[in-house]
Amino acid sequence: MIRFEDVSVTYDGAVSPVLSHVDLHVPEGELVLVVGRTGTGKSTLLKCVNGLVPHFTGGTLSGRVTVAGRDTRLHPPRELADVVGIVPQDPLSGFVTDMVEDELAYGMESIGLAPHVMRRRVEETLDLLGLADLRNRPLLSLSGGQRQRVAIGAVLTTHPKVLVLDEPTSALDPGAAEEVLAALQRLVYDLGVTVLLAEHRLERVVQYADRVIVVPGDGEPIVVGTPGDVMATAPVAPPVVELGRLAGWSPLPLTVRDARRAAGPLRERLAPLVDEAARRARSALHVIAGEPALTVSDLVVRHGVVPALRGVTLTADRGEIVAVMGRNGAGKSTLLSSLVGLHLPHSGSVSVGGAAPASLRGRDLLRRVGLVPQEPTDILVADRVGEECSSSDRDCSAVAGTTRAILDRLAPGIADSTHPRDLSEGQRLALALSVVLAAEPPVLLLDEPTRGLDYAAKLRLVGTLRTLATSGHCVVLATHDVELAAEVATRVVVLADGEVVADGPATDVVVGSPMFAPQVSKVLSPQPWLTVSEVAAALVAAS
Amino acid sequence: MSRRTAHALGDRALPRWTHPGAWWVWALGLATASSRTTNPLLLALIVAVAGWVVARRRPDAPWSRSYSVFLRLGLVVIGIRVLFAVVLGSGIGTHVIVTLPEIPLPDWAAGVSIGGPVTAEEVLLAIYQGAVLATMLACIGAANSLASPARLLASVPAALYEVGVAVVVAMTFAPQLVGDVARVRTARRLRGRTDRGVRAFVGSVMPVLEGALERAVDLAAAMDSRGYGRTGPVTRRVRLTSTALLLLGLVGVCLGVYALLDGGTPGTVGLPLLVLGLLAGIVGMVLSGRRSIRTRYRPDPWALPEWLVSLAGVVPAVTLLAVSVLDPAVLVGPTSPPAWPALPLLPALAIAFGALAGVVAPRPPGVTLVRDPAGSRRAELEEVVA
Repeated sequence: MIRFEDVSVTYDGAVSPVLSHVDLHVPEGELVLVVGRTGTGKSTLLKCVNGLVPHFTGGTLSGRVTVAGRDTRLHPPRELADVVGIVPQDPLSGFVTDMVEDELAYGMESIGLAPHVMRRRVEETLDLLGLADLRNRPLLSLSGGQRQRVAIGAVLTTHPKVLVLDEPTSALDPGAAEEVLAALQRLVYDLGVTVLLAEHRLERVVQYADRVIVVPGDGEPIVVGTPGDVMATAPVAPPVVELGRLAGWSPLPLTVRDARRAAGPLRERLAPLVDEAARRARSALHVIAGEPALTVSDLVVRHGVVPALRGVTLTADRGEIVAVMGRNGAGKSTLLSSLVGLHLPHSGSVSVGGAAPASLRGRDLLRRVGLVPQEPTDILVADRVGEECSSSDRDCSAVAGTTRAILDRLAPGIADSTHPRDLSEGQRLALALSVVLAAEPPVLLLDEPTRGLDYAAKLRLVGTLRTLATSGHCVVLATHDVELAAEVATRVVVLADGEVVADGPATDVVVGSPMFAPQVSKVLSPQPWLTVSEVAAALVAAS
Repeated sequence: MSRRTAHALGDRALPRWTHPGAWWVWALGLATASSRTTNPLLLALIVAVAGWVVARRRPDAPWSRSYSVFLRLGLVVIGIRVLFAVVLGSGIGTHVIVTLPEIPLPDWAAGVSIGGPVTAEEVLLAIYQGAVLATMLACIGAANSLASPARLLASVPAALYEVGVAVVVAMTFAPQLVGDVARVRTARRLRGRTDRGVRAFVGSVMPVLEGALERAVDLAAAMDSRGYGRTGPVTRRVRLTSTALLLLGLVGVCLGVYALLDGGTPGTVGLPLLVLGLLAGIVGMVLSGRRSIRTRYRPDPWALPEWLVSLAGVVPAVTLLAVSVLDPAVLVGPTSPPAWPALPLLPALAIAFGALAGVVAPRPPGVTLVRDPAGSRRAELEEVVA
């Protein structure tokens, strides 16, 4: 269905090719997962499929890409619209109309289908993706998962043979991600659509894939294999696979279900070690008692007339890492922005370092609390990393070189002359984090820090956050990433509909929760293990 | 929808979208009528009629809140007009309300004065003239609330489709820009910089424009991938002829409309120009429409309600145009001496006829605006706007 023959892509002005000599064949009806670090050319590979590379992006493509027998050299993207549907990373950026139903029809109108055909296909697609209730809704009023499903539906109506998705679940909470993956599953099984899917969150998708393509980058050849083969040797893998490797299971389980069936002996070995591990975890905490770092009491925040937070009460000490979880729209981001004074409390109070953040300006604010927003580039102002660092030093009147020193510690080897946009996601996050940390705020807030991060970058972030907590920072992160929360959080707060519904040590809150439990916990429950490293440490200590 | 169902009128009809073109004809008709009179009573009547129809027939959708925005804009226009009249007094009239200190100006600025006596006549004239503009704005606002810009796009002729897309994309970008501005202001605060004042504004222009540009590129890629701009085969000659005809038509229509709305030009110039322009435009559109292979999903029908809604706009326009030629005095709001205006019967009846649109148009389908469970976007906008 999709065939790459000796394909190399070089963008204009680039020294080395993004992809070099790629040979690939994806037969009809397969679901193929594309993995690799950020910036290795995954997106380029995906865009080659419908000719956006090179027709739209520019650059030079050598070799040949054919889709359903059509050569992308001879067919620009619009001529391939009836065989390839491509869903961009941010569905909102690809919407052309403003209502769900019109959006579904747009592609068909462009290729000139007859009105009665369009009407029928819109109805079919609404049913197929469970969108019937949303047909008259404005696109802006949809939730993240709904938007993603509409974006998929919008390209499906032209009955493409190939569906290409770029990180469809990275911005979604676990529930919404399930929703989207279930819809994809249905397309592959019932309609025989060929799906090409790039995703960082392997733990969510790897079990659905027929084959995995690893794009290593730096001109290395791509690796294609079955999920089992690829995962056995991959440097980073979802926790369930890591656990399988640790326990020496063969074949390597890819799903929680498979792992659980193999986990009986491991659970028996671990049962006597639970108490010991809990004691060690407690002693690893460095909570500094005394004045809490932040206090939120009975906080109500409204957006217009709509309440976003309904009476939230929360305190956090220095040395704690608090993960705030909950579905999209539960009030996580609002809580974080209230802590830096972006929202005035409707009632109740917020206090960070003894002052109400909304009353603080400039340096007074920076010295008490820092927030790394969802899009780290938002707080970057300069064109070069070097300038960014020096302007950050000026902003918080720190000694020249402070920001640079922090950056070198978090992500060594970034040249001063690099443009922030050319950094990888992980480096960008490190830069934003350094800018915030330069003012030495005792309270550090992060909004969705792992969006778009690959496993390696995530591991580094975990290390950084732990170090910060040990050195007496109070870290609060809002996240959908249950694995990150399990790995790093000392406490988990679950928000739902603007209220705190659970607040306690990570083990107590996430174990047994169908939505927020990490894979290891699902495999080993009812024992309270959260991460592979915990299990490994316990096994080492016992032997 | 069958042809018969489409003809049903008003509340007896099934809820459906009225053709956006009909709403625009109606609104432009009222706007034309208001351009012909400075009589405050007639102008107020037009605003009232437009407001009543909007209240009855606007859908519950994001774009349908623009009527009040345009009304407020109109008040601002009147305010500015009066301010200018007061400051740069024209010296007409005898009823002095107040005398402002006059700033002496050099000789070369003879004829212009800043300050000095303010007369009731000039203030009244300014209010009336401002009110004409404000009323026209209200009519445009009414059309905006009643007809979705996207649905209007769906019914433009194939030849204008690409221009239409550009306009609609620009319109959907406006709220996103507002969101961007808020985001950038947030970021400035997080960096400990001022988030208010001129410097903050200048500092945020570049990132906002960058964001807008990036989104435009994303959107272009998405549209290209979804088949936008596929064309059927046509010869070069047809293409050139159609473009030339379209341009000529556009110029003709612009000149014609200007001549019609500007009371100073004789009506014998405006009308033929408009008609010729329209003809050239229509031929051009038909020709270039051959290139497009686009089809329409559920096009809005043009049936009896649409004819009647258009008629409800055309009647006031034609009546006031005729009266302005035959008996212009009744349409003028009396300013010197200031007096209470009379309500001329025929124009008033014609304008009241415009309310017919609110009776015959079918109800819009219920757009459910359930609040975004993901919260943010609209709430964010509302917050910013507030």
